[in-house]
Amino acid sequence: MCLAVPMKVIRIQGDNMALVEIEGIQRAVCLDIVDESPRPGDFVLVHAGFAIHRMDPEEGERQIAELERLLSG
Amino acid sequence: MDDRHPYRDPRHFDRLLSRIHDLPLSSPVRIMEVCGTHTVAIARAGIRGLIPSRIRLLSGPGCPVCVTPVEEIDRAIDLARRPEIILATFGDLLRVPGTDSSLLEERTRGGAVRIVYSPMDVLKMAQAHPDKKVVFFAVGFETTAPAIAATVKRTRETGIRNLFFLSALRLLCPALVRLAQDPAVLLDGLLCPGHVASVSGIRCYAMLATRYRIPCVVAGFEPVDLLQGLFLLLEQHVRGEAEVQNQYLRAVRPEGNLRALAVMNEVFRPEDARWRGLGYIPESGLRLGGPYAELDAAPLAPRGPSSSGEPEGCLCGEVLRGVAEPPACPHFGKACRPDKPVGPCMVSSEGTCRAFYKYEQTRGTQET
Repeated sequence: MCLAVPMKVIRIQGDNMALVEIEGIQRAVCLDIVDESPRPGDFVLVHAGFAIHRMDPEEGERQIAELERLLSG
Repeated sequence: MDDRHPYRDPRHFDRLLSRIHDLPLSSPVRIMEVCGTHTVAIARAGIRGLIPSRIRLLSGPGCPVCVTPVEEIDRAIDLARRPEIILATFGDLLRVPGTDSSLLEERTRGGAVRIVYSPMDVLKMAQAHPDKKVVFFAVGFETTAPAIAATVKRTRETGIRNLFFLSALRLLCPALVRLAQDPAVLLDGLLCPGHVASVSGIRCYAMLATRYRIPCVVAGFEPVDLLQGLFLLLEQHVRGEAEVQNQYLRAVRPEGNLRALAVMNEVFRPEDARWRGLGYIPESGLRLGGPYAELDAAPLAPRGPSSSGEPEGCLCGEVLRGVAEPPACPHFGKACRPDKPVGPCMVSSEGTCRAFYKYEQTRGTQET
């Protein structure tokens, strides 16, 4: 139920919706509850037709760095 | 960060696995996850069979369909039987047995039961059927509740008069506190639900770590996420510490999604609510409040007595608390199978029994 998938924003549409894509599948998702307004090219976490989080590239890099630190430890 | 590949990299996975095997674990360690999506991801990645047998991975009450008590299902069935109503809900709920029927049976008998992927779908449904009342039967946790709340707000803003919401939404945090207080449930670590935390932040887990001395790690859902989360938990256990760590940085901010929480709190009010297996938990349910109360479908369908029957012998309640594993149930794999489920833990694709049946059966049960 709490499945959420990172999807790439293709474009922002009217009515506070965005067209997003993953592996060639496109969907319109609602932006009413997303934490930060995404721009085309951003990744958002999508749950039940709603973007719930704009994925921050810096946080992604920090996570990879943490993983690498752990694996080299 | 632009894709999920680093978190599916088998080299990272193997190295984490060997780090876990290197940890000096002197006694059995009980780790619980409380997210149905974790349940399935762990089973699918085969993690139980790869980690040391001293580590027991338990599933908690993390499947919203499974924790929804029978009387809530009966209520939705009651509505689906009425000719003036279209009942819309998530697909997972259709086969959950009520006291004497299921939503699937009602649909087969001609009841208007519709599956939706997004709660937003019900707006168009209501507009397309002005002569009917459309009721959205909502289950889910903090991840889902803001999406429902946003749909409720849009219903009111667009002036749709024939759309109502029956909420069996639950808040996971109060249930986790209940588990932490349960003497039968001894936990050495909690793998915390990444997408619930994406919305509600890490405050709840920080409290569990401080007050109940349970190591907590918020983790993602890819194989590397899961093993990294597990490693961090075990490392805390070995050090004798209990704190909250956030493995899922790419999706979880410490404070959560404040905008989603604001929408949820505008539309819903907490209420005492019953959970299958856990009983009544104060302020763990959500009902429509304030100006949104007029969209509440609850007055259309009075709730029946809460004692109404759990299937006889079904251990779903114990499984949901992590005090029994699926094979301990007399029905598991016999009377209760995915094609003919007895209890909700076998119905939902995220149910512990269903995941166990699908992925873990051949491996047998872990030692106690």
